[in-house]
Amino acid sequence: MPVIKNLRSIGHRTVNAVWRLGFATRFFLMTLFYSGPSFRRFHLTIREMFFTGVMSLIIILVAGTFVGMVLGLQGYETLKRYGSESALGSLVALSLVRELGPVLAALLFASRAGSAMTAEIGLMKATEQISAMEIMAVNPIARVVAPRFWAGVISMPLLSALFSALGVFGGYVVGVVMIGVDEGSFWSQMQAAVDFQHDIMNGVIKSVVFGVAVTVISLFEGYDAPPTAEGVSGATTRTVVESSLAILILDFILTAFMFRGD
Amino acid sequence: MSSQALVEIRDVNFAYDNRPILKGINMTFPRGKLIAIMGLSGCGKTTILRHISGVLKPTRGYVKVDGQVMHELSQDNLYRMRRKMGMLFQFGALFTDMTVYDNVAFQMREHTDLPEDIIRDLVMMKLHAVGLYGTQDLMPAELSGGMARRVALARTVALDPMLIMYDEPFAGLDPISLTVVGNLIRRLNNALGATSVLVTHDVQESLKVVDYVYFVSNGAIIAEGTADEIRASDEAFVRQFVHGEMDGPIPFHYPDGDYNKDLNLRA
Amino acid sequence: MERTTLDLWVGAFVVAGIAALVVLAMKVGNLGTYNVSDTYQLQAYFTNIGGLKPKASIKSAGVLVGRVTGITLDTERYEAKVTMSIDKRYRFPKDTFANILTSGLLGEQYIGLQPGGDDAMLKNGDEMKHTQSAMVLEDLIGKFMYSKAAENGSK
Repeated sequence: MPVIKNLRSIGHRTVNAVWRLGFATRFFLMTLFYSGPSFRRFHLTIREMFFTGVMSLIIILVAGTFVGMVLGLQGYETLKRYGSESALGSLVALSLVRELGPVLAALLFASRAGSAMTAEIGLMKATEQISAMEIMAVNPIARVVAPRFWAGVISMPLLSALFSALGVFGGYVVGVVMIGVDEGSFWSQMQAAVDFQHDIMNGVIKSVVFGVAVTVISLFEGYDAPPTAEGVSGATTRTVVESSLAILILDFILTAFMFRGD
Repeated sequence: MSSQALVEIRDVNFAYDNRPILKGINMTFPRGKLIAIMGLSGCGKTTILRHISGVLKPTRGYVKVDGQVMHELSQDNLYRMRRKMGMLFQFGALFTDMTVYDNVAFQMREHTDLPEDIIRDLVMMKLHAVGLYGTQDLMPAELSGGMARRVALARTVALDPMLIMYDEPFAGLDPISLTVVGNLIRRLNNALGATSVLVTHDVQESLKVVDYVYFVSNGAIIAEGTADEIRASDEAFVRQFVHGEMDGPIPFHYPDGDYNKDLNLRA
Repeated sequence: MERTTLDLWVGAFVVAGIAALVVLAMKVGNLGTYNVSDTYQLQAYFTNIGGLKPKASIKSAGVLVGRVTGITLDTERYEAKVTMSIDKRYRFPKDTFANILTSGLLGEQYIGLQPGGDDAMLKNGDEMKHTQSAMVLEDLIGKFMYSKAAENGSK
């Protein structure tokens, strides 16, 4: 009876997925509920910001510069056909602050910091460090999970802003310095096209939402990982896959709300 | 007698998804004693510790610590009770992202408002007690297995608990470390006036240091007594266990399947 | 790692992140060139706004002086009511012309202000009476064809 067997396995997976989603939601709410120490003892959060934020700087800065340079090259090639090379600045800046900055920074953050968080928490669980904390009457959600969550949520918009700023710089280097687009029109077209509230703040809001999604997924996968070597490695993979999908799907939803109709 | 006992376990039953793990466990740990729970791997020893620390709730019966039923405590009271307990995990469970110093200081920082210089003195005292003064700046990865276990021991007794639980403290140790850890457990118990529970399958080492032994098999107590009584016991299971005999009441072969039939042999 | 070194790195990271945000706002965005708080509101009615959108720029002599804040259809006059906020630094006479123009052949549409000669100046909430609607390409082509046809017919 392979049909019944398949049906059963689909049903089982569905129930399992719903169950996990519920568990993840409860986990998220508990993280928020036990966030007191993350702020009262802010050095806990600062320490995690070092590992999530500062350690992701290099990849973010390098990637941002190069993405901006590619945008400069490709944008110039396309705009040249319509004789509007002067719009290069607005093209580079708009694509970065609205989309590429938040999305690419979050994707890089998920694979750099998210996977590390999952592996760390998974290993802490596998080596009974989490249980040890609970026996010592220290709530591991408050002590381990919440500071990492807030560190991620604070770091993400900063990383995304750095990515966009470096990207604009990269586009400037390629467009103005190397190709020779007029510097004045590069900046003025950019400033005319990019609105602070509409474009930049919406980009920041996006990156905060991505930060919440990526850290919750990473921490949950780590916390939920079976305490074995395969368990942790599987959880790390799932973190990167789920985070990437979540970022792209959320990006679509947020874009639909923010930039609808204009 | 039972009124002075620190831990009372009465008729505790526990099951995971209808699979019984513990069946009617009764134990009494008098204050100041060092008690061992022995048995094969997977017989439910660690589950008993989890009941004492209130991580698991029994399906029937109760565990009383210091006169209070553990599974009826609220989260806050449970945490308050756990501050009076220490637990040494199988492989130490040291926090790998902290130095030895920070590991030992962890509970002092979490649960007390002591100034840092007093914490420093306390940490040094605890490290000295386990003979590892001078290792405070090392990371757990830089320690040998025996040293890590001793640091974990120092961390366990950091707040001078009244009840110390040891989950397989001898697992994976070389003979010298084994003796060192065994003696430390005994000495710490006496020095702190604490009550200790030792879950182990290392019979020889633990019989040297403990006051009383419970033998657990398949979730039930099958023998108990002082160390000397256990050594002298002629119960088949205890004999097999204490002397490490290959065959006995615990069979060598997994009790399922007919090997001969599988090989197409006709008896 | 020492806590002070750690704090230093994290502090530098936060400062750099906020600096990047400020650079984005001032240098890349319009926050540096155009201050939203010091503005006054004007209204104008157009029979057809074409492709004009909220946040479109308002220029006078090519200088950016404000932004379109709202576009609604007035159901009494069946005309588009456009509200705009203009930088306080720039005052315009009462008889200023508001034209909807296009930057380049296919570019965005914006409102161009052509000052008149009146001594009285427009105040907050005033309406600009003289407006010229957007050039709609189809109408333009239609007119052209019609005039060509008329030319041929008259010959």
